[in-house]
Amino acid sequence: MTDTMPLEVLTLEVLTLEVLRYRPEIENEPKFQTYTVPYRDDWVVLDALNHVKDHVDATLSYRWSCHMAVCGSCGMMINGEPKLACHAFLRDYRHGVIRVEPLDHFPIERDLVIVMDRFMEKLASVKPYAIAKAEKPLEEGEYLQTPLQLMAFKQYTQCINCLLCYAACPQCGLNDNFVGPAALALAHRYNLDSRDTGKDERADVVASNEGIWECTFVGACSEVCPKHVDPAAAIQQTKISASLDWFKARLWPGAHP
Amino acid sequence: MSRRPYLRKVERNWWLGHRRTITYMVREATSLFVAIYCAVLVLGILRLAQGRTAWDSFLSGLSSPPGVLFQLVCLAFVVYHSVTWFALTPKAMPLTIRGEPIPGSVIVSVHYAAWAVISLIVLIAAWI
Repeated sequence: MTDTMPLEVLTLEVLTLEVLRYRPEIENEPKFQTYTVPYRDDWVVLDALNHVKDHVDATLSYRWSCHMAVCGSCGMMINGEPKLACHAFLRDYRHGVIRVEPLDHFPIERDLVIVMDRFMEKLASVKPYAIAKAEKPLEEGEYLQTPLQLMAFKQYTQCINCLLCYAACPQCGLNDNFVGPAALALAHRYNLDSRDTGKDERADVVASNEGIWECTFVGACSEVCPKHVDPAAAIQQTKISASLDWFKARLWPGAHP
Repeated sequence: MSRRPYLRKVERNWWLGHRRTITYMVREATSLFVAIYCAVLVLGILRLAQGRTAWDSFLSGLSSPPGVLFQLVCLAFVVYHSVTWFALTPKAMPLTIRGEPIPGSVIVSVHYAAWAVISLIVLIAAWI
């Protein structure tokens, strides 16, 4: 029944969205634009943006895809906190204005769309894939793994590259060369994988000054992560393991520094 | 149409914008007091090496009202530093027994227990 009713009948309450806009062809710096959107109990900020795009201002640009916190496309700053727009219910911001900005610490391409090229480079630099010393012939079958071996790293496989952690991390804002939480968590994920032998290959990037040692354990990445990956934990564990490797390489009998 | 990405600057007071970054900066600042107190302990050893008069004047300096106030301030900051650090230990040291993860509260409690035992040993040693 309600599905066929026009929106205006369903809702009288409205909300104000303040959206940071940047249109490089007409303006030199971003500025806020205010939109009024209908309030609905089951709407998320992404629904409100879609409403604006469909009914108010078709020029507004933002990324989104799945609307269910799986694709990681719709990360943005909502009232100063990095969030997935599909995961931020209007009912939690009912009193007051909702301020929507592109993710912090990234260059703005247009409106809420950020440039993520640097992140893609950093991600590739940690070789986030299983590296086997020698490929097994096909007839020897799969690379088997016990449930315990899987449990060792499963949490770190949940990353959807939404970049909320980069927007939350002050170190990412202060040093653009910091490899950053998501990439380091993924490196840790493969280092922990029993099928992987690529730890040494990753160490040059991971265990460098601008890898794990740039992290000062603010912990913000883990607080904002929508998939509970806990990158802060991954980085601290990597610090311990990299320190042990450093000492082993120098103190172990027969080790080559 | 050419691209013209816009990078917003990080303000100098970036850490004032959020509760978690304020508590983080306070935790970082406590390190200064830990360092200063360590320096005072080293100074104490130097004064001890210089003989009884030097050592006694060092002790009377510490037990003067400004000395006591300094130690109380240091104690507060060191406690804050330790408590926030212990709270983070389960992240850095996730332990498992036969594949079962040990609850974070247990890891934190063991740190407090170790702290208590070491403090007790130091106190007893100081008494003797």
